[in-house]
Amino acid sequence: MNEPATDAAASFRIRRYRRSSAFWSDRLFRAVVIASASVLGLLILFFAYELWQSSTLSIRTFGWRFWVSRDWDPVRERFGALPFIWGTLVTSIAALILAVPLSLGTAIFIAEVAPRWLRPPVSFVVELLAAIPSVVYGLWGVFVMVPWLREHVQIPLEQRFGHIPLFQGPAVGVSMMAAILVLAVMIIPYITAVSREVILAVPQSQREASYGLGATKWETIRRVVLRYARVGILGAIILGYGRAVGETMAVTMVIGNRPEISLSLLHPGYTMASVIANEFTEATSPLYLSSLTEIGLLLFVITLLINALARFLVWRVSRGEVHY
Amino acid sequence: MRLKALAATAYLPVVLAVVMAVGCAPKKQASTDSASKVQITGAGSTFVYPLMSRWSSEYAKLTGVQVNYQSIGSGGGIQQFKEGTIDFGATDVAVSEEEEKTFTRPFVQFPVVAGTEAVVYNLPGITQNLKLTPDVLVDIFLGKVKKWNDARIAQLNPDVQLPDMNIVVVHRSDGSGTTYIFTDYLSTVSSEWEQKVGRGKSVSWPTGVGAKGNEGVTGQVKQLPGAIGYVELNYARQNNLAFAAIQNAAGQFVLPSQETGTAATRAALERLQRDIRSSVVNMSGENAYPITGFVYVLLDKQPKDTAKSAEMKKFFEWVLKNGQKIAGELDYVPLAEEVVQMSLQKLAEVP
Repeated sequence: MNEPATDAAASFRIRRYRRSSAFWSDRLFRAVVIASASVLGLLILFFAYELWQSSTLSIRTFGWRFWVSRDWDPVRERFGALPFIWGTLVTSIAALILAVPLSLGTAIFIAEVAPRWLRPPVSFVVELLAAIPSVVYGLWGVFVMVPWLREHVQIPLEQRFGHIPLFQGPAVGVSMMAAILVLAVMIIPYITAVSREVILAVPQSQREASYGLGATKWETIRRVVLRYARVGILGAIILGYGRAVGETMAVTMVIGNRPEISLSLLHPGYTMASVIANEFTEATSPLYLSSLTEIGLLLFVITLLINALARFLVWRVSRGEVHY
Repeated sequence: MRLKALAATAYLPVVLAVVMAVGCAPKKQASTDSASKVQITGAGSTFVYPLMSRWSSEYAKLTGVQVNYQSIGSGGGIQQFKEGTIDFGATDVAVSEEEEKTFTRPFVQFPVVAGTEAVVYNLPGITQNLKLTPDVLVDIFLGKVKKWNDARIAQLNPDVQLPDMNIVVVHRSDGSGTTYIFTDYLSTVSSEWEQKVGRGKSVSWPTGVGAKGNEGVTGQVKQLPGAIGYVELNYARQNNLAFAAIQNAAGQFVLPSQETGTAATRAALERLQRDIRSSVVNMSGENAYPITGFVYVLLDKQPKDTAKSAEMKKFFEWVLKNGQKIAGELDYVPLAEEVVQMSLQKLAEVP
């Protein structure tokens, strides 16, 4: 009956809205956000394309053998990435194994156990660790940790357990072990800070319910708090792992930079990020450059795979298929 | 929805343009500055960087001409010079004949200064200069001589109490001219080394651990008993590391120093005159230190900007004539007078 009138009124309001600044600021905001998101996406595509493009020479020359060859001889131009893949995976995974319990312990302490007045200073110290530049960790590693490690850990280990491949000598200080320790120290603050936030975000009612059922503090933390926060904690661990895989400077300074695959923690090793940082500036021949770029491509692919695996884990955990 | 998204991406160039305009603003200012006075830009060898900075500041005081030098590494210096993005390049390893073919413009290269590499070691309680022959040195770096009290080292140093200690080789992990000169030396004195390892800025080391930069090798050797490595002489001096006397081609055991380095540059003259790219390690002068190398400068023979080129020529004339004394003060090796003359002749080819 009076539909046309309301229609006209509505269209008038719409037209007025479209002329208003609110309308335009909305559109502009939308455009800016979309632009930022597409720039990021385009950048990643561009990286992947560029890495692929620059490594074609090496891919064509070595093929899949590049992944499994242990050769790294710039003089004769024979290149293989296996020792670097090995070094990267071993150091990052071992660092994670060391760092996760320590970080979780610290996070739980800060969030659940420590008296209220103690929380800010402990959190502050942990966050301070995250702010230290990696070259400083490297310097500390080279001049303080490595000599100490050699004197008090590696030499005794070698003397007592030298017959086990894991502790085969000679102990020279710079080693996979040193790299693992420095990496662990570097990723602890990340995992701790994020886990703490996640644990603090667990609703108080969950804890109260658990106590109400007669659970002890330990049972409450294990069964309720950690279970509730597990997806976030997994995210924190992945963040830490990402940092461990890509860390370059500190690792280069303490790992010994030797492209060798050895089971011994006392032997030097090499990582993918380190070899790129070390050799890129003076790599002049096309095949050499291309091989270094292919290592970058491999690092890119491995990072993607790890992220995909992490997504999958998060998905499984959040669906409740993995039980603690 | 799709259309709206598309329309939104149309804003992208606007955003980018704004970002770029902001990013470029300071650059514009810099270019107006450089128009008012001559500014020469060079890049390359990290080894020569401290000396180049000193030369440039001294020269700026005298003439007001600014020489900017970026220490991006010898390989990078050659590359940038080839692409014409800098006015001169500096490299620890002369541009090879093969590499020269890839250049599109004619250029000259000549030495401006030299340096010696010390073989440093860490043996607790031993501060004397050990004597080493080339074959023992090669076998240490090949991993064949494994202990410091090896009969072959002991025989050369009868008056030193050598400890029963593992030898740990420390080498550069980053590609560097220092490594090139050192492996060039080992390849020159040993065919076994040449076949197994060869010469290069990075090589596949038979043994040992890698450290980044001269400072990295110095640090490693300093804190690891039993270590042996090679560094530029000034790093050995400043860190009080013990270094070895190496037997040269004339059979003399010679310590690295300015004098023995300069003697090596003098001995290299004849070779350089034949071919500027010749390897100059293991020269046969009585007092010549065998592990000595040059820093070469690359200049355009057909420069686009002749006024700038003339200024650059004046700078390098000053470097070759007056700059050598400064080089000595900074523990570099001044060129022998004869080599300076040769370099000046090369420089004269630049218009």
